Amino acid sequence: MYTTELQKTAKVASTEDPDKLAAFEARVAADEFIEPKDWMPEAYRRTLTRQISQHAHSEIVGMLPEGNWITRAPSLRRKAILLAKVQDEAGHGLYLYSAAETLGTSREEMIEALHSGKAKYSTIFNYPTLTWADIGAIGWLVDGAAIMNQVPLQRTSYGPYARAMVRVCKEESFHQRQGYEIMMAMAAGTADQKRMAQDALNRWWWPSLMMFGPPDENSPNTAQSMRWRIKRETNDELRQKFVDITVPQAGALGLTVPDPALGWNEARGHYDFGEIDWEEFYSVVRGEGPVARERMQARREAWEQGAWVREAAAAHAEKHSRKQEAA
Amino acid sequence: MASLPPIDIPPATTGNGAFDAPADDPNGALFDYLLRLGDDSLVLGQRLSEWTGHAASVEVDLSLANIALDLIGQATLLLDYAGEVEGRGRDGDKLAFHRDVLDFRNCLLVEQPNGDFAQTMARQFLFSTWQRRLLRHLAGSADARIAAIAEKAVKEVTYHAELAAEWVIRLGDGTEESRRRMMDGLEWMARFVPELFEADGLTAFLAERGVAADPDSFRADYEEEVGAVLAAAGLPLLPQQRPILGGRRGHHSEHLGHLLCTMQFLPRTYPEAVW
Amino acid sequence: MSSDWPLWEVFIRAKGGLSHRHVGSVHAPDSEIALRHARDTYTRRMEGVSLWVVRSADIVASDPSDDAAMFDPAADKVYRHPTFYTIPDDVKHI
Repeated sequence: MYTTELQKTAKVASTEDPDKLAAFEARVAADEFIEPKDWMPEAYRRTLTRQISQHAHSEIVGMLPEGNWITRAPSLRRKAILLAKVQDEAGHGLYLYSAAETLGTSREEMIEALHSGKAKYSTIFNYPTLTWADIGAIGWLVDGAAIMNQVPLQRTSYGPYARAMVRVCKEESFHQRQGYEIMMAMAAGTADQKRMAQDALNRWWWPSLMMFGPPDENSPNTAQSMRWRIKRETNDELRQKFVDITVPQAGALGLTVPDPALGWNEARGHYDFGEIDWEEFYSVVRGEGPVARERMQARREAWEQGAWVREAAAAHAEKHSRKQEAA
Repeated sequence: MASLPPIDIPPATTGNGAFDAPADDPNGALFDYLLRLGDDSLVLGQRLSEWTGHAASVEVDLSLANIALDLIGQATLLLDYAGEVEGRGRDGDKLAFHRDVLDFRNCLLVEQPNGDFAQTMARQFLFSTWQRRLLRHLAGSADARIAAIAEKAVKEVTYHAELAAEWVIRLGDGTEESRRRMMDGLEWMARFVPELFEADGLTAFLAERGVAADPDSFRADYEEEVGAVLAAAGLPLLPQQRPILGGRRGHHSEHLGHLLCTMQFLPRTYPEAVW
Repeated sequence: MSSDWPLWEVFIRAKGGLSHRHVGSVHAPDSEIALRHARDTYTRRMEGVSLWVVRSADIVASDPSDDAAMFDPAADKVYRHPTFYTIPDDVKHI
């Protein structure tokens, strides 16, 4: 899955050693990878820690909307596919936490930042999954948007992040396809199924476009992040690409994209599309999404109610290692 | 809380209830046996999938999902085969999503609620340890299809049993709290263990033909294995409780109906739909 | 208290004949569970035939700021490579 860029401005402190900084910038400009123990400016470390942990949080919180339907999947095949997909998201969260940990912040600290509301995660997961078609729409649209964002991140400048993204991209290649397949079955199905499919597209379309983050003119870090190769394309470029690819896919399903302003612009060679409700976006970023409370409650409960399990296993390991030493 | 009175089965009786296939109908018997095997995997897989996103660590989420996926895979193979044996055009999905409680043949153990992680692991340990031994026998079944499914599944279940045993040991020999929770979990599940070894006319009939395994043949090994793990965990032996039976004849605990409500809701609400 | 388990690095042998390769890490309370977590996390798609886990804290790494002293001295030892030596083309099997 994927994270929206939500961090505040990352400024390079003037206390950084200018020679080291210049050497670092030159390495990154030459598309070299930066590895965990290499020297890096504090702002780079902070920005990356924030971006990778947001990405990890998005994977973990992203398990919840789809997890909501695993027990209700309508066939054994669909149940296995969805379970495997949500399991992949757990794995991807894990890979990403691992990558972020190499920057010197423990997973526990990151998780606590999420639970206290300090850390952000993708806005998209604060919307509810109401019908089975939502599982199709998430795979098709949300994973589609994620792929668009993640593919360039395989070449991001920080080695552990880039390697995690290679693995993530490889594994996610089935996610969008399974979602589209669900949509095909629904859109070609009974009147009830068609209704669910169209309704899902109506509800997920705009939040999916918001996944690419604020428009470029309101995205102050884009230039810095692009220079550092933490980001490789701007929000608006990726968003346009997504619209151009997705609109014909909706057409193939016989579904209508809920945007009256949508139309092919011959001169630009792109689709024009309507104004995004950025007020909505910023409200959700602030934690006011429709099911933001439910998502956070579920994550906090899992962590808190799991505390005794983690403690028990640690206590057992401790006893066991003492026994071994005594022997 | 006993949902049903225990049923004493004198060794000589067939144990066939009104819902059972007559023992002189080999296809009916095989169908019923496949439902027992398939429903065990299906119901436990469904239960485990309830955990997704809520485990104590991301790693544990991954482990539980892996076990659930194995079980749902087994259920698919077994119930598809059951449908073929029955010969009335039902496939695995039809059997999974369009039967009511009286027609489910799983043991009562697998339908028990997840509870906390200790209760889930108690259930997993007691079941997978049994299922592994059963599948080892079934890998040599005279029915080639059952043998092939069992041969594949026994590898999966070996892992489930090992992982569950590791957790029983860690929780039993962890903290005061985890030990108490582990004992509570085992205490909850213990009354459903005898059902795993319940032999009735159906198993006898199929075991005679080399198709099914007589669970009694590995009962002592099972008890020894369970005992060894509990000892390693510093836990007492399983409490002796009045056995609760009935699952193999469609008489379940109250929990199964709710599990089916959730699982079957879409196919039942939209019977015409293809997903 | 709700602390996390220690970190373990995971290495996978993709198939016989290949070395184990670092793939990532997991959190686990002890070595046995670390192996199981590594299996459940990193071999879901038949990625390997053998696993190693080692506590991250037990890995000793060279310091990148010593790169020059550690690795540059090897740069001019070209005589360690077979291509350094010129052998006439008609001399075979050497």
